[in-house]
Amino acid sequence: MKGYNFAYLDEQTKRMIRRALLKAVAIPGHQVPFGSREMPLPYGWGTGGIQVTASVLGENDTLKVIDQGADDTTNAVSIRQFFARTAGVRTTTHTAEATVIQTRHRIPEETLRENQIIVYQVPQPEPLYRLEPSRVETKRMHALSDYGLMHVKLYEDVARLGQISISYDYPVMVNERYLMSPSPIPAFDNPKMHQMPALQLFGAGREKRIYAIPPWTDVRSLDFDDHPFRPINAHQPCGLCGATDSYKDEVITDDRGGRMFVCSDTDHCERRRAAA
Amino acid sequence: MNEQPIIEARGLTLSFGTIPALRDVDVELYLGEILAIVGESGSGKTTLLNVLSGQQQPQSGIVTYRDPAGAAHDVHAMPAPMLRTLQRSDWGFVHQDPRRSLRMNVSAGGNVGERLMAQGARHYGEIRTQALDWLQQVEIDADRIDDLPRTFSGGMLQRLQIARTLVTHPRLVFMDEPTGGLDVSVQARLLDLIRSLVARLGVAVVLVTHDIAVARLLGHRLAVMQRGRVVETGLTDQVLDDPRHPYTQLLVSSVLQA
Amino acid sequence: MAYVAVKGGERAIRNAHAWLAEERRGDPAVPDLGLDQIREQLGRAIDRVMAEGSLYDPDLAALAIKQAQGDLIEAAFLLRAYRTTLPRFAHGRPVDTAAMRASRRISAIFKDLPGGQTLGPTYDYTHRLLDFELAENQPPPDAPRAAPDASPLPRVPDILGREGLLEADGPADAEPGDLTREPLSFPAGRDVRLQALARGDEGFLLAMGYSTQRGYGGSHPFAGEVRMGEVSVEIEPPELGFAIDIGDLTVTECQMVNQFKGSKTQPPQFTRGYGLVFGFSERKAMSMALVDRALRAEELGEDVTAPAQNPEFVLYHSDNIEATGFVEHLKLPHYVDFQSELQNVRRLREAVERREAAE
Repeated sequence: MKGYNFAYLDEQTKRMIRRALLKAVAIPGHQVPFGSREMPLPYGWGTGGIQVTASVLGENDTLKVIDQGADDTTNAVSIRQFFARTAGVRTTTHTAEATVIQTRHRIPEETLRENQIIVYQVPQPEPLYRLEPSRVETKRMHALSDYGLMHVKLYEDVARLGQISISYDYPVMVNERYLMSPSPIPAFDNPKMHQMPALQLFGAGREKRIYAIPPWTDVRSLDFDDHPFRPINAHQPCGLCGATDSYKDEVITDDRGGRMFVCSDTDHCERRRAAA
Repeated sequence: MNEQPIIEARGLTLSFGTIPALRDVDVELYLGEILAIVGESGSGKTTLLNVLSGQQQPQSGIVTYRDPAGAAHDVHAMPAPMLRTLQRSDWGFVHQDPRRSLRMNVSAGGNVGERLMAQGARHYGEIRTQALDWLQQVEIDADRIDDLPRTFSGGMLQRLQIARTLVTHPRLVFMDEPTGGLDVSVQARLLDLIRSLVARLGVAVVLVTHDIAVARLLGHRLAVMQRGRVVETGLTDQVLDDPRHPYTQLLVSSVLQA
Repeated sequence: MAYVAVKGGERAIRNAHAWLAEERRGDPAVPDLGLDQIREQLGRAIDRVMAEGSLYDPDLAALAIKQAQGDLIEAAFLLRAYRTTLPRFAHGRPVDTAAMRASRRISAIFKDLPGGQTLGPTYDYTHRLLDFELAENQPPPDAPRAAPDASPLPRVPDILGREGLLEADGPADAEPGDLTREPLSFPAGRDVRLQALARGDEGFLLAMGYSTQRGYGGSHPFAGEVRMGEVSVEIEPPELGFAIDIGDLTVTECQMVNQFKGSKTQPPQFTRGYGLVFGFSERKAMSMALVDRALRAEELGEDVTAPAQNPEFVLYHSDNIEATGFVEHLKLPHYVDFQSELQNVRRLREAVERREAAE
């Protein structure tokens, strides 16, 4: 792409972002403010993830971009094209082949390896935002480990509904210190974050925060001992590949209530079908 | 009672602009004891409470707190996280207006359970059992446990605040006019409750009030404040039955005889 | 019918862009819009796009407006994205608005003042009657001419300041913050607040400013001065050691004079609200000055009760490029999370049914 640096961002900006990433990795789950730049995609559409990917991407990387678990959803296509044009890196739809995976709202079913980086797009980095809109207040709460607001919310859920009723963006405790938003992945995906071999990086462009979970870190979903965290998933198997343990999308097939369930992770589903 | 005071202040001085709120104030409190600080509004008693509890910085003087191990800590030199932890566990603060400490959009049970969860309690059933127990101790009907405080009367709110504060068995509790603004009969019931809870738990209490009758009922010792100074101090009955300082005499004589 | 996974996202996007290009062009029989036409004849749109795009370049703004089909927020977004790629080679010195070659200069607090009241090319006293003659593309009659008045235009704050009636402005030597390099953090200094307001959405600032006039916060504002005209941009290259003029900007500046109650130690003074915007953007400059003053509430010892006085509320929501991105992102697929919510609700309903059946 004429006139633009490798992966669009200038080197100073990448350096600034990498410094933020290093700080984030050193303090797992802690939100690090960074000077997010305006990107050619709108805020809220993955600019944070794009800036993080652009800062860690090298010529020899292989990039996979997914949205809702699929490589072919429109925004994943748009972002993959952006990097193809500005960085010319190899792209892939196969999780196992990728060295950098940028994702919106899902973690791939396949267990990631130590030499992989997964970059999450984050709309709202502050796990307490629905309970306390003021950032000045939440910053103090994180600094003092004062998470009472979240504890009472979980208590209230059980008291009112008999169970914790959070189904996505389920808050986690990282390294037993920081309360963190895992981004709006379904609660089903939370366990994958715990002791993951890969490096997990999180970018929120509009809110201008970066955070990270280094490999092999404890990540626990908040719960009660007698109301343990239970991931939600459809109990039907995948109508295409038969998988019972993958996260499934519900597809309406006719207007008489017909429906089927299909793996959300398209690469996972294709490989299962190819192997069958 | 221990030999060392659980909290001790020496030479506290603080002015707001040109108005002196505290003038060279000394105070000490022992475990298991209730110290009542009385004075009219403007006497500096609430400021004293705020300085003792670390919420306001004095311009000179020192507040020393002794932890369960006996170690002494300068309250105003403590790092913020340490003070915060103290305020959430070993200490309690009962506000005159319970809405200041209660979460009005959280159920009674959630309000009582919060400090337990902040200390690491992770078993919902046990948290709820303790909350029920405490509601009973402050004479709130058990079936109100899931109700929002919005539906509670003034007296009930105050009792809920007390439950929320005492649930972690703090050693030291600060109370700011705990019965202020309540009906006389409601006050009496609340005072009885406070007295029996404090006696049973062996808590040390600094109680601020403008009401001599409250001081007499609850306080073991009394400190009388006027315009930022402690003008008289001693055992409650002694001070009230035989006031030495003219201001104390004025306060005592202006109380309506029951 | 067997389910076949839908593919073809790439092709759909390409087709969408092709259709967009045709929509943008409109009827091919109609002459294509020239950038010079946009620049010359849609000046207020140009000004708004430069202000919110945070980039002073009328030609680029014209291109952005054409590319965005007249959607001014989209056009500002284009300029912002372009701005990200530009290298910085110097910092300008603060523009000297006292030395402005003003086309327009009015004050609502003095009937007359040194330099006089000059209306300039204002809409203020037009009657809002649609002028159908404009559709006929006739040249306008020549406006009367006079020699430009070179007398100095002292700033109204300086006039009031001489008697000590208006608070002094803050220290001028501190290095200002830069929101385009560092993220916003609180407490936010006035420099960063003003920067956020200068690039903030005009509609949002208008509403916030309006709210202060209707009782949501509010400080009895008077329009001390509004001036619009050209100021020089100067840089001081280290090799030269003196300042050189590299060009002109048209800006609009508004000084609001607000009331303040004095205290026992401070005699009463008027307080300031300030607005400065690219182009001929009076509505924005005045709104900005109202909001600037509202955000100073805490500094001036006033109770913070209204949205316009709450820095977090105003500054986090004033950037329309951030706002439109996030609002519109709701169009992106959210079916994975929705699926979790569906399962959640189904599970909760089952639990209720089981409980009711048991009773």
